[in-house]
Amino acid sequence: MNYLNSLLFGLYPYLAGSVFLIGSLLRFDHGQYGWKTGSSQLLSSKHMRLASNLFHIGIITIFFGHLVGLLTPHWVYAPFMSAGTKQVIAIVVGGIAGVMCLIGGAMLFHRRLTNARVRASSSPMDTLIIGLLVVQVTLGLATIIPALGHLDGGVMIRLAHWAQSIVFFQGGAAAHLEGIGWIYKLHILVGLTIVLVFPFTRLVHVWSVPLGYVTRRYQIVRRRA
Amino acid sequence: MSHFIDRLNFFRKTREPFANDHGEVRDESRAWEDGYRARWQHDKIVRSTHGVNCTGSCSWKIYVKNGLVTWETQQTDYPRTRPDLPNHEPRGCPRGASYSWYLYSANRLKHPMIRKPLLALWREAIKANPDPVDAWASIVEDPTKTKQYKRARGMGGFVRADWDELNELIAASNVYTAKQYGPDRIIGFSPIPAMSMVSYAAGSRYLSLIGGVCMSFYDWYCDLPPASPMTWGEQTDVPESADWYNSGYIIAWGSNVPQTRTPDAHFFTEVRYKGTKTVSVTPDYAEVSKLTDEWLSAKQGTDAALAMAMGHVILKQFHLEAPSAYFTDYVRRYTDMPFLVELERRDDGSFVPGKQLRASDFAASLGQDNNPEWKTVAWDETRDQLVVPRGSIGFRWGEKSGEEGKWNLEPRDADGEEIKPLLTLAGKHDDVAKVAFPYFGGIAHEHFDHVAGDELLYHSLPAKRLTKADGSEVLAVTVFDLMCANYGIDRGFGEEGEDDGATSFDQIRPYTPAWQEKITGVPAEQCIRIAREFADNADKTRGRSMIIVGAGMNHWYHMDMNYRGLINMLVMCGCIGQSGGGWAHYVGQEKLRPQTGWQPLAFGLDWTRPPRHMNSTSFFYNHSSQWRYEKLDIKEILSPLANPADYSGSLIDFNVRSERMGWLPSAPQLGTNPLRLAKAAEAANMTTADYVVAQLKSGELRFAAEDPDNPRNFPRNMFIWRSNLLGSSGKGHEYMLKYLLGTRHGIQGKDLGVEGGRKPEEVVWHDDAPEGKLDLLVTLDFRMSTTCLYSDIVLPTATWYEKDDLNTSDMHPFIHPLTAATDPAWESRSDWEIYKGIAKAFSEVCVGHLGEETDLVTLPHQHDSPAELAQPEVKDWKKGECEPIPGKTMPALIEIKRDYPATYERFTSLGPALGKLGNGGKGISWNTDSEIELLGKLNYVKQEGPAKGRPKIETAIDAAEVILSLAPETNGQVAVKAWGALSKITGRDHTHLAVNKEEEKIRFRDVVAQPRKIISSPTWSGLEDEHVSYNAGYTNVHELIPWRTVSGRQQFYQDHPWMRAFGESLLVYRPPIDTKALAGVQVESNGNPEKALNWITPHQKWGIHSTYSDNLLMLTLNRGGPVVWLSEDDAAEIGVEDNDWIELYNANGAIAARAVVSQRVKNGMAMMYHAQERNVNVPGSEISGTRGGIHNSVTRVCPKPTHMIGGYAQLAYSFNYYGTVGSNRDEFVMVRKMKRIDWLDGEGNDTVQEAVK
Repeated sequence: MNYLNSLLFGLYPYLAGSVFLIGSLLRFDHGQYGWKTGSSQLLSSKHMRLASNLFHIGIITIFFGHLVGLLTPHWVYAPFMSAGTKQVIAIVVGGIAGVMCLIGGAMLFHRRLTNARVRASSSPMDTLIIGLLVVQVTLGLATIIPALGHLDGGVMIRLAHWAQSIVFFQGGAAAHLEGIGWIYKLHILVGLTIVLVFPFTRLVHVWSVPLGYVTRRYQIVRRRA
Repeated sequence: MSHFIDRLNFFRKTREPFANDHGEVRDESRAWEDGYRARWQHDKIVRSTHGVNCTGSCSWKIYVKNGLVTWETQQTDYPRTRPDLPNHEPRGCPRGASYSWYLYSANRLKHPMIRKPLLALWREAIKANPDPVDAWASIVEDPTKTKQYKRARGMGGFVRADWDELNELIAASNVYTAKQYGPDRIIGFSPIPAMSMVSYAAGSRYLSLIGGVCMSFYDWYCDLPPASPMTWGEQTDVPESADWYNSGYIIAWGSNVPQTRTPDAHFFTEVRYKGTKTVSVTPDYAEVSKLTDEWLSAKQGTDAALAMAMGHVILKQFHLEAPSAYFTDYVRRYTDMPFLVELERRDDGSFVPGKQLRASDFAASLGQDNNPEWKTVAWDETRDQLVVPRGSIGFRWGEKSGEEGKWNLEPRDADGEEIKPLLTLAGKHDDVAKVAFPYFGGIAHEHFDHVAGDELLYHSLPAKRLTKADGSEVLAVTVFDLMCANYGIDRGFGEEGEDDGATSFDQIRPYTPAWQEKITGVPAEQCIRIAREFADNADKTRGRSMIIVGAGMNHWYHMDMNYRGLINMLVMCGCIGQSGGGWAHYVGQEKLRPQTGWQPLAFGLDWTRPPRHMNSTSFFYNHSSQWRYEKLDIKEILSPLANPADYSGSLIDFNVRSERMGWLPSAPQLGTNPLRLAKAAEAANMTTADYVVAQLKSGELRFAAEDPDNPRNFPRNMFIWRSNLLGSSGKGHEYMLKYLLGTRHGIQGKDLGVEGGRKPEEVVWHDDAPEGKLDLLVTLDFRMSTTCLYSDIVLPTATWYEKDDLNTSDMHPFIHPLTAATDPAWESRSDWEIYKGIAKAFSEVCVGHLGEETDLVTLPHQHDSPAELAQPEVKDWKKGECEPIPGKTMPALIEIKRDYPATYERFTSLGPALGKLGNGGKGISWNTDSEIELLGKLNYVKQEGPAKGRPKIETAIDAAEVILSLAPETNGQVAVKAWGALSKITGRDHTHLAVNKEEEKIRFRDVVAQPRKIISSPTWSGLEDEHVSYNAGYTNVHELIPWRTVSGRQQFYQDHPWMRAFGESLLVYRPPIDTKALAGVQVESNGNPEKALNWITPHQKWGIHSTYSDNLLMLTLNRGGPVVWLSEDDAAEIGVEDNDWIELYNANGAIAARAVVSQRVKNGMAMMYHAQERNVNVPGSEISGTRGGIHNSVTRVCPKPTHMIGGYAQLAYSFNYYGTVGSNRDEFVMVRKMKRIDWLDGEGNDTVQEAVK
């Protein structure tokens, strides 16, 4: 049990992370033509405005929520906020974003499976990844139920420790998750799997968020090569 | 090196602002741009074109990248035109631009294939019989075996085989057939040599060397306008599209110029900037209708009525009331209008126009010893006497030396006196005759309007009384006077009210503008105005009025009436042979410019002459048993002036008589193996010809056509290449499936035997008609066409981007090549290589079965040969009306020695007959020794074997050099020789037309470098000149070379007895015939209402010519499968909405397709674009139970007796020149919404359409 625990939560994260980084890099260098969002809006735009926006607003919020929530050390916010308060904020913000993401994601998943034109132009990976994301957000929402039973933020802090040990190479990460609810573990495992398959999916477009647009000038001229 | 690392440049990235911070210059990797650049980079560009009967004949750049053809773009390097003329480019269209898709598509044929049951039988047979010919015999002589593979045709089951095995099988089958039944039982069909001359020649050379039959195509496609040979003695000759730019007034009559002549349409638009008016005449609102200034929407099939009314206006206003000096002079010189026609007295005292009078009708033949019966006569105004003007066809042949040189259009009589032939006898007449003309416009037709009237019309004509050689007196009239009467003009010669003609345009009498409005629906006012404008322009510009005409009008049973209607307008206005004027019939890529260079190669004339040719319409009518369903009675089309008793029998009988009299060719020819005749004759101690005549006379031997259902007379082997014969050109498609192939079909009607109809007189009737006559059907193609689906063996050919060949068109004056951009992909081979392979296998397999053999070929009286004067009268030897004399009253019988084992050696070398007999065409010939010598040096000579010392023709390029060296159009030296040869007959020097190009020799590599303009030659009636655009009839008018007709002029009056009997000696309006294809067809109702609609099959926008309709790119642009267009009203009536599946059927078969409902379509017609394949998105038909059907599933050919005439000057047979044509527009179909959409594939996609409420 201990072995499995450290395999899944101590080593698997590094495997997933390595594949994620190296895979993204290789794909960026060798598969430029496939580095794209793979949007199918051109084939069918029905309900896309609602579904796509719900999904993207939801998932971006969740992403940054997790990033900030898990990786910010406790001492940073301790002076002005208790762990319990933080947990409540996480439940409320994450819950709203999660529901948005779930509704949007479910619509997109349904569309991908049933819309003939979209389906015909989908790769298996396209279908798999939206399915995984819908499962993952459902699991995420499901963690709210046990979380409501212990609003002191203890579990949340353990999860943050785990994440920080992984990211900051502190070792013994798996130990932080011993005895934690299975639903959390499942959520983490699916999450790591998404990270693992990331380079093989259209999710790579996340890397290419056009942030440059924010600061670019109106007209761009490239220097002669 | 790495896109990622290249991006890690945040610290040195400079972003220099400019324009007040509105812009910035960035310094970043631009490597991604190479992706876009590489998209259009390529390794080489090769010149080729699309060889698919596309008159466009555009030169294309074919791009090759990594050894694969990637795309094509238009060539833009045509030689420039003159300063006052736009250039030819851009030439090309989206259809051509989509062609490269085929090369690597799933539809590409990649390997030789054969149907599995046949391969199994063959492998088994070859094991038991080591000799391949015996092996083949063991299969086809066993009916249970043949049934196995014949009924599998069209049912899939192809397997790959290798070339050697299949070549051996094909050769064995050919050898067996030639030995057992005769080489004329081996048939080959390939169309339109101009689209890829060498590829055509490959198959036809093989067939001609072994004695097989090459089938015609131009007439079968119904692209041949018989009106052209009738009027001009010319198959088809038309202005190049650049000449449109010289025109002052253009009528696009049934020609959808922007859609079907896309690369040439720019001239049509450009000339409008000069102020030229354009008018369109189309039943539907076609693309051309919106391009032109004015649109006349004449009911489909009634164009002759409109043309006659216009002719009525032109004759009355520009020839009678205020004669145009130009028109009068033109028709006097260049038409038969001044020639005299004999009037025959009828029982009631009235007269009918009879024969055009000849010198032989008068005492001492008016001094003419040579061919007096072929020299027409006129009345000279100056000397007030009968004269024999020069130029009639009698002057063309057989003149004694010293007397030659009178076949020209100088205004002189035979003795050289200047003459002025009288156009009208008015004022100089001895009498006024009441002359009867047939009227067909009163025939009631369920779907076409008529104007009731007596079947005879009487007009009063001024006539001259003449004394004939036998002392009898005869009344004669001029053709001009006949024409005026025939067009319904009352000129007031008779008593008041005696003449059935009209005195004003608003009278509703035959052929007035008001009359035509009742039939065509075109307002009389519009008809009069357009006719006046047309003639007025021609008068002021000396003939610069033009009519561009398309296939549609030529596809009606009475197409000659439609066409003669337009031709007459043009001739009456002096437009023929004048720049910017004339008859522009663009239907099919018929112009094989280097024709006389190509013929020896294509038909093996360098080894043996003559080759076997056959007119396809008669062939398929006969051998696919379409005649067994004939419901058109001769009486329905006979003139009321003819005696029905003289014209008994059915259509097939007329064809048989025609073959017997040597008018039309036959194939198979005689009811026996022609290889055995020589020996039988020897045994009987007679010459072969005498023996055959005796046998024919005794009735022991008959023509094969007289008993087509006798197994002896089946066509046994068939090759199809460069063609979709069973599909897009398979008129009577379902009959071919049943009778030729013996497989599943969709025929709904019953044959005459079951129906109890009247049987033919000349043809043996078998109650049980044989099915599956063909033992072997071999098709060469690069795509899986409908024809391939039904073939026994499919051989993969090179595409148009994978072979070397030549291409010409009538739309522009250039010759240009197809060249191989890449080697043929997979296992495919060029047509030249394929037939070479078959010839090789044949030469090996035939040993022991066929050696040196004597063949007997029957040859009909050929146009442009002395035999065209064979029959001044119609006499049938079989009925005892005359003796059977080969070459005179029956086909010529010619012995040919064939050396079968030398077939391959002969195929690949230029034979000696060319040196012995010379080369030539269209009635002239010249010595061609210097060209043969040149070819020996260019291609080298054979070092050994039976063809030792002969110039080689190993490769397709060698073959192309043969064509180019021998043809006057591409070898200036030959052109000068050819013009010189013609000069001898006309007595006028024409060599000045070519001497300035004498040293010009166009070679294959020259045309690869750039398309080359051809050299003027007497093969054609126009000039390739720096000063005028090519225009048909130009040399007739300007060089005074006669037309090749009876009178030597443009022939309005067709005096052949059959033309008179069928009421078409002069132009008349005839309503479409009733094919009765809807009568008596019992089909189970599917609950939806139905309606009968006229079946119209025009050319489409998304396929046909330059590509095929199964091209994915084109399918994507339209609806992805077969569609039929319906008018909104018709569709509403039967509850059909746009895109519904509908079904169309009649006695001939059924079609399933989607409906396009459009206000473009005229009520009463259903339009299905020609040549939509049955292999893409076609469900099963509820009626036939088989897959869909194609547009030809509801057609059946119905030949016309007047097209069978022969041995009579311009009405004489020549390959693709004259003969029956495969018309199909008079057909009607029932249309209804489908219920069950059954895909016949068991994949669960079947659906049921909602019933019509």
